[in-house]
Parts: sequence; C-alpha cells; structure tokens
Amino acid sequence: MAKTTLDLKGMSCPMPIMKVAAAVKKGASGDVFEAVCDDAGFEPDVHAWCKETGHTLNSLTKAGKDITVVITKK
Amino acid sequence: MSADAVQDKLKELEERLAKVEGNRANMTMVLFSGDFDKAMAAFIIANGALAMGKEVTIFVTFWGLDVLKKPTMTGAGKNVLEKMVTMMRPKGPAKLPTSKMNFAGIGPKLFHYMMGKKNVTSLQNLVDTAVEFGVRIVACQMSMDVMGIKREDLMDGIEFGGVAAFLGSSFDSNTTLFI
Repeated sequence: MAKTTLDLKGMSCPMPIMKVAAAVKKGASGDVFEAVCDDAGFEPDVHAWCKETGHTLNSLTKAGKDITVVITKK
Repeated sequence: MSADAVQDKLKELEERLAKVEGNRANMTMVLFSGDFDKAMAAFIIANGALAMGKEVTIFVTFWGLDVLKKPTMTGAGKNVLEKMVTMMRPKGPAKLPTSKMNFAGIGPKLFHYMMGKKNVTSLQNLVDTAVEFGVRIVACQMSMDVMGIKREDLMDGIEFGGVAAFLGSSFDSNTTLFI
C-alpha cells in the first residue's frame, strides 16, 4: 500500500481539498495519504470531505498553524 | 399480498432508492451574474462539489456569459446594437467588476491584489480546475442570441442549451443554486 505526502501549505480554499481529492482519486483502495495544510478552514473541510466521500480520516493533528491529516482511501 | 406482489413492490422500491441515491451525486448551478465576486463563489462551490465526487453542471446565462468570454472576442460580424453590447461588457474572468465596491474598476484590482496576497486562486484558475475535474458548463443559447454572442466568442469545451437542459440537470440533482 502506497503512502503519499502532500504539502498544501500556503494554499487557501478550495485548493487544499481539491489537491487531496485529486491525489486520493489517483490512488488505490487502502492507500494512505498524509497532508499538511495551514489554512484554518482545512479542519472542518477535511471532516466534511471524508464524511461525504467515505474515505477514512485516521488522524488529525495540529502544531501551531499546521494541520496534518492522515487519510486512508476506501 | 402475494409473494409475487411483494417481489414486485421490493423491486420498485429498490429502483426508486437507486434513483434517490443517484441524485445525491449531482449538483446544478445557474450562473446569472457576471460579477467577479459572485463568479468566484460559484466556481469555488463547483470545485468543492467536484472534489466531493459530485457531478456538477453550471448553466450560464445572461451576464454570467461574461465569465466565459474569450478576452480576444470582437464585435466583427455583429450588428450595431450587438457591437455596442460587445464593447460595453467585460470579456473573461480577469475583467469582471465586483458587485460591491467596484469604484469604476479599481475595486476588482484591489481584490485581485488582496486575494493574491492571501494565496487565493484566481478565477481563471478556478474555471480551469473545474474543467479539468469534469464540470459541465452549459451556455444559454437564447441569451447568446439576444446579445449577439457567437459560440466561438466563448471558451472551448462547453455545451450550449436552453431551459430544459438546466431543468433536466436540476431535477436529477439534490442541490441547485442560483448565483
């Protein structure tokens, strides 16, 4: 299972979630995606995106402005 | 009810459920406004919905057509009134006015600057990204005819249609917005 890392820092809505969607779309079921973003809107967005698309949000950690999420493709 | 009747009823309900679930996959918008800020909202929502796996149709009518215009569009081959409308309306995402604080064209420049500072993607980029993700854009043929806008005046890769094209898409969607 492949792991992809995405640096989404400096981007603002809607680009972070577009980049996550594009990367996950290319991957295979079970692939893991780790993304770092410093847009404050990313946290609620990633929750809503995972809920709607059915991919699993394994973790969400915050360090300063940075929000790191780990998603597994369904 | 007989066993057959129950089977038939079950089949019917399954078909109806499939249709309802299918509708959840679609979103339709009318982009009526040619204002920069409203077009931004439309294309941010469109991109978000595409990212969430929806099929998105944007029916573009009236002033909204300004968003789709090629910057190179000219009045050539148009009658006097059409030439006037062509001259007076902005052509393409970079030239649109804002709905508030336009200040005779200074407002949009201010907003472009402020948005650039905050790394907000440009409207042109949002349109391109939506196209890349498979948005379906339908330009209103009737308003094009009224204003003398030809198919080659608008961006490539779009469709042309009327109210039924919008309604057909809207009836198959569970979200429809008018912007």
